[in-house]
Amino acid sequence: MTKHLRLSAAVLALTAGAAFAQQSTITIGMQLEPPMLDPTGGAAAAIDEVVYANVFEGLTRFASDGSVVPGLAESWEISEDGTTYTFTLRDGVTFHDGEAMTAEDVVFSLDRARAEDTTNAQAALFANIVSVEAVDDTTVVVTLDGPDGAFLFDMAWGDAVIVDPASAEGNATNPIGTGPFRFVEWRQGDSIELARNDDYWGEPVALEGATFRFISDPNAAFAAMMAGDVDAFPVFPAPETLAQFEGNPQFNVLVGSTEGETILAMNHGSEALQDVRVREAISHAINRQDIIDGAMFGYGTPIGTHFAPHNPDYVDLTANSDFDPDRARELLAEAGVENLTLRLMLPPPSYARRGGEIIASQLRDVGIETEITNLEWAQWLEQVFRGYDFDLTIVSHTEPMDINIYARPEYYFQYDSAEFQSLMDQLNVETNPEQRGALLRQAQELISTDYVNAYLFQLAKTGVANANIEGLWENSPTQAIDLTGVSWTQ
Amino acid sequence: MLRYLLIRALSLSLSLVVASIVIFAVIEVIPGDPAAFMLGLNATEDAIANLRAELGLGGSLVERYVSWITGMLQGDFGTSYTYRVPVGELIADRIWVSLPLAIFALILSTLIAIPVGIIAATNRGNGGDFAIMGLTQLGIAVPNFWFAMLLVLLFAVTLSWFSAGGFPGWDNPGPALKSLVLPAIALALPQASILARVMRSALIETLDQDYIRTARARGLSRGETIRRHALRNALIPVLTIIGLQFSFLLAGAIIIENVFFLPGLGRLVFQGITQRDLVVVESVTMLLVFAVIVVTFLVDIAYAIVDPRLRRK
Repeated sequence: MTKHLRLSAAVLALTAGAAFAQQSTITIGMQLEPPMLDPTGGAAAAIDEVVYANVFEGLTRFASDGSVVPGLAESWEISEDGTTYTFTLRDGVTFHDGEAMTAEDVVFSLDRARAEDTTNAQAALFANIVSVEAVDDTTVVVTLDGPDGAFLFDMAWGDAVIVDPASAEGNATNPIGTGPFRFVEWRQGDSIELARNDDYWGEPVALEGATFRFISDPNAAFAAMMAGDVDAFPVFPAPETLAQFEGNPQFNVLVGSTEGETILAMNHGSEALQDVRVREAISHAINRQDIIDGAMFGYGTPIGTHFAPHNPDYVDLTANSDFDPDRARELLAEAGVENLTLRLMLPPPSYARRGGEIIASQLRDVGIETEITNLEWAQWLEQVFRGYDFDLTIVSHTEPMDINIYARPEYYFQYDSAEFQSLMDQLNVETNPEQRGALLRQAQELISTDYVNAYLFQLAKTGVANANIEGLWENSPTQAIDLTGVSWTQ
Repeated sequence: MLRYLLIRALSLSLSLVVASIVIFAVIEVIPGDPAAFMLGLNATEDAIANLRAELGLGGSLVERYVSWITGMLQGDFGTSYTYRVPVGELIADRIWVSLPLAIFALILSTLIAIPVGIIAATNRGNGGDFAIMGLTQLGIAVPNFWFAMLLVLLFAVTLSWFSAGGFPGWDNPGPALKSLVLPAIALALPQASILARVMRSALIETLDQDYIRTARARGLSRGETIRRHALRNALIPVLTIIGLQFSFLLAGAIIIENVFFLPGLGRLVFQGITQRDLVVVESVTMLLVFAVIVVTFLVDIAYAIVDPRLRRK
């Protein structure tokens, strides 16, 4: 009898122990702390990483494969001429402060983003909206000034989330959304805590809470992961240590794609770079694989145009600018260019700083000298991006589907092609997916054969997670750490 | 004594004024627009202009300097551009990490350095002295971030005695204190090494003085001579170094804060610079200057207490 009792006590203790081991919260590591938490008022990737899909939701949203799926709008109808979108909103959605989410909130959110005094970082997404009207509590009609095949895609961005007029002003420090997690606490410089929203309209999330921890130093990130202080580091800042995690069964290494086309941008305002032969020569002088291996520890996919390789409309055009230093020298001779010296401006990320050194030596090999200047982001924005004061720079364009920047002659590399601009005008009004695909392929070809910039590689997303976690996004169709499908397997 | 302190106070306030002008001038000329930084690559010019207006980034340099200084005198440090909260709040949060860490490290370093320095000085020339000198040389030479990483790898990753970093907040004093142990050791080691060497040389110098021989001749034991005469005289340079070290620990813990991802003042300034959050940078820098000046003043007072000659001046 006593023996039996003792045994069942032991079994009880065991099961209790197992129940205890079943974790219900997660600690996520991030390299940069968001400056604030309002996704409609800033461009920092860290804002969306914390709040996108977790705290805030829009009419539509990105799924992990990059497709656009219904969000707060459960369905929509598009008028024949493609200019009127009638959204039907989900019933019974409330904000975290208890307020009901209605069509009026959608009107407020979209009007605020497109207002004259907007501080939305992606104000261009809303530029073609003519009016937003609430028909009843769950029906919203959005009228555009012309058909726009990308409108549902645009509404999935973090910058287009639906906010409550009563709390919109305070979202920077106390975000109130409709998502499956609500904001609990922000210990500035240290961490942000979210807890499960028990009144969520949709499927409840498995996690009871989540903590985002900010660890900027790559060595510290490694130690925190190894010591178990952090359960997952979706964008891990120390790729050189990934091999150690790969060999350890306690961890999963997640390698996926991002929307980051990493390019060597060329200033078309610089005299030497106005000659397409010089730009082509630079493209042929570059060995992409050397940069991927040397600067990115082998993670990254070579690209030959400004388009993400995982997109179904992607065309592999790397052959247009294959590594051919002899051809580069020929082209330079043809163009009559000698003793060319170009200023290469490098922002802080390692793809730029390490990649810049490699590119400088590859260019030297074909007879182009570079003067490297390292810049901080704020300085880069002022001098390169807004001041056009550069010849070459390396930067990763992380916005999804952003080939349309080539239609903006005032954009920092200043590519001005009537042909490309007309392609984009056609694309904007085209809603047939097949036709859109054809136009996108043409656009990719055009900027590739015009050698607008030298296209290097698609930035990889390299993350590390505890092996018992499932449901984290492998790819990064938008800069988010979507925890809605994340759970512990044991 | 009073006159001495008055003169010191006057010269220190003058340093404050000069420092404020230099800090403001240097920081305001850094290129980079906080509004453009916040809105990123796809921002429209209108949105940037709207944000600039919202943040109050207008006015001439002189106007902004005057409003900054008058605000500070009234205890208003301005509002952070990026965090959108009063800078005073940000500093108040961070100082409760930086200040205890600096004090913790300083206590550790003093507790180690003074006895070690005395042992070295009293054993001058023999094995113990050589060993201590060698070790302190090593302590100065080893970069503290490297030493910090070793501590993390050993105590957090391998032994799991401590967490690798982070700060749980003072709501839980136990874990909070525990989270400062490794950073404090990493910070204290080089400081203790320097301090021990200063203690040693200062004591050796006083031990060579005539009054020490006199004291010994009067029949005082060796220990008593050191305690009553030598130590007190040797303390002046040690106090100077402790004062300097405290200022350094308060402002200079930034690397250690990064290694242990502690939300301290150093990291606040670092983030402020990269995000062009100029108000934060200016106000924290000014606060640190103020702290350094106050500490210097306290050290001056301590001199006067230790050294009666200064009191009479």
